[in-house]
Amino acid sequence: MTVAMRDAYGEALAQLGGLRPDVVVLDADLGNSVRCDGFGRLYSDRYIQVGIAEQNMVGVAAGLAACGLVPVVNSFAAFAVCRALDQIRVSVCQTGLPVKVVGSYSGLAVSKGGSTHASVEDIAVMRALPGMTVIVPGDAEEAAQVTRMLPDIPGPVYLRLYRNAVPPVVPAGYRFRPGKAVLLRPGTDVAIVSTGTMTARALEAAGRLAGRGVGAAVLHVPTVKPLDEEAVVDVAARCRAVVTAEEHSVIGGLGAAVAECLGERHPMPVHRVGVPDRFGESGPDDELLAHLGVDEAAIERRVLAALGEGGG
Amino acid sequence: MTAPDVPLLTEIAKRIRVHVIRTVLRLGSGHLGGSLSAAEILSVLYFHTLRIRPEEPDWPGRDRFILSKGHAALAYYAALAERGYFPPDELAGFGALGSRLQGHPDMRRTPGVDMSTGSLGQGLSAGVGMALAARIRGEGWRTYVLLGDGEIQEGQVWEAAMLAGELRLTGLTAILDFNRLSQTRSTTGAHPPDLLPGRWRGFGWEVREVDGHDVSALAAALDRPADGRPLLVVAHTVKGRGVSFMEGRPEWHSHPLTREQAEQALAELGVRP
Repeated sequence: MTVAMRDAYGEALAQLGGLRPDVVVLDADLGNSVRCDGFGRLYSDRYIQVGIAEQNMVGVAAGLAACGLVPVVNSFAAFAVCRALDQIRVSVCQTGLPVKVVGSYSGLAVSKGGSTHASVEDIAVMRALPGMTVIVPGDAEEAAQVTRMLPDIPGPVYLRLYRNAVPPVVPAGYRFRPGKAVLLRPGTDVAIVSTGTMTARALEAAGRLAGRGVGAAVLHVPTVKPLDEEAVVDVAARCRAVVTAEEHSVIGGLGAAVAECLGERHPMPVHRVGVPDRFGESGPDDELLAHLGVDEAAIERRVLAALGEGGG
Repeated sequence: MTAPDVPLLTEIAKRIRVHVIRTVLRLGSGHLGGSLSAAEILSVLYFHTLRIRPEEPDWPGRDRFILSKGHAALAYYAALAERGYFPPDELAGFGALGSRLQGHPDMRRTPGVDMSTGSLGQGLSAGVGMALAARIRGEGWRTYVLLGDGEIQEGQVWEAAMLAGELRLTGLTAILDFNRLSQTRSTTGAHPPDLLPGRWRGFGWEVREVDGHDVSALAAALDRPADGRPLLVVAHTVKGRGVSFMEGRPEWHSHPLTREQAEQALAELGVRP
């Protein structure tokens, strides 16, 4: 059974509240959407409803963190990152304070919210901030593990979550480790390097490609920054091409990070699957993702093209 | 509260001004006006109001202070140096490569700085967080935030003011250095002096107005917390205070200073260059 990532987050956050009395949760009036409200029902003295004011929320979190607490701020990814960017830049990253910014409803599938609510640039923006760790879980289990670990990951963290259910991708017994990628499937023709929701789609694409005689490795990269360069180089070096996949703009996200890494350390073709240079729009989630070329079929097409075996 | 030591507080305010003038002379330019207007406020905070241990800058029980108008760093560093956080000689290195004294306050570098600031309008939010942290942790520290009258045009300030009022943060005190000028214009159009107190009261704050160059009045206003509400002390000040040719002149917000001008300024402050 698949669990919505936001539900897994909410449950793990409430568990964390019981384990860590220094964790404080801040909500900009979206708690029932992003599911941080369960924490508030259990620990009302450590749940701060700041109202619809994301900039202030991040600043308040910095003040809390400066006094030894571990604040977790919650909003939609689009608002947590872009609305409060200067506050994250100055009050959080320049101070190095352990503020954990959780951007839910990331990517394109935001319940028909359209361009204002979709978030296709947040990884790029957060990745550019010195000192910011960027984590994009691939499924509910991994999201829960990262959530419970948030206080133990030093300094500022951006946790990018997804509204909907995602098929499980991490194996039984998996333990998330910050900064570490995980090879979910071996292969020597093409390396699909993916993050977040696109890892499930990469695995689906790899299965289809196997039926066509193409061996596709799938490297799941939950920590986009700092990038696990060794794992990326290692899987790339054993393949003829690299295809990256993310529910994010092709500019500045995982694909860019992988291209930057390989450009310096192991030059080879890197093909990026992601949102073209444009904003999101409204539509049923699956139709929207297919329309913008952010699904398993797009990955498959891109792999075949990269290997020169048909497709565009 | 002990009675304010008026001669000491007056002397410290003068020394802060002297440090500011000397540092800007060395630098060639700097934020003079808004540093000089805040001299008495910083003197009263660091030599009367704040419960702090300069020999233990990170003492967990200390009162917190945030210079939200971070461009007055020169005056802030002068107050910290006078209070013993670092030697006053270090002021000479302000802004130099590798210096602990950055152009705007940096909590990772400077002893005694509780929050990094410089991008205007962010300090009050952090102050709300620190006052909330005291409440959550059951600690008794108070949190003080020095605001500029220009920076309170930033929307984030009013987000923070609204939340502080809603949460009835008695442990939070803001001081407004109301010197009537921002970089290029008068601030009284945006915040007319007769309307400004009502705006803060409307957000749930107690407001007290004082002459911001009267150390006794400042000390008295800060000594008594508001009852069940955050407190704003509106300190009516003069930009460039203490140097006749800078007072009330917007061009001295940030301006080069010649040796002759510095000598005149120091003479007016009663010290040899």
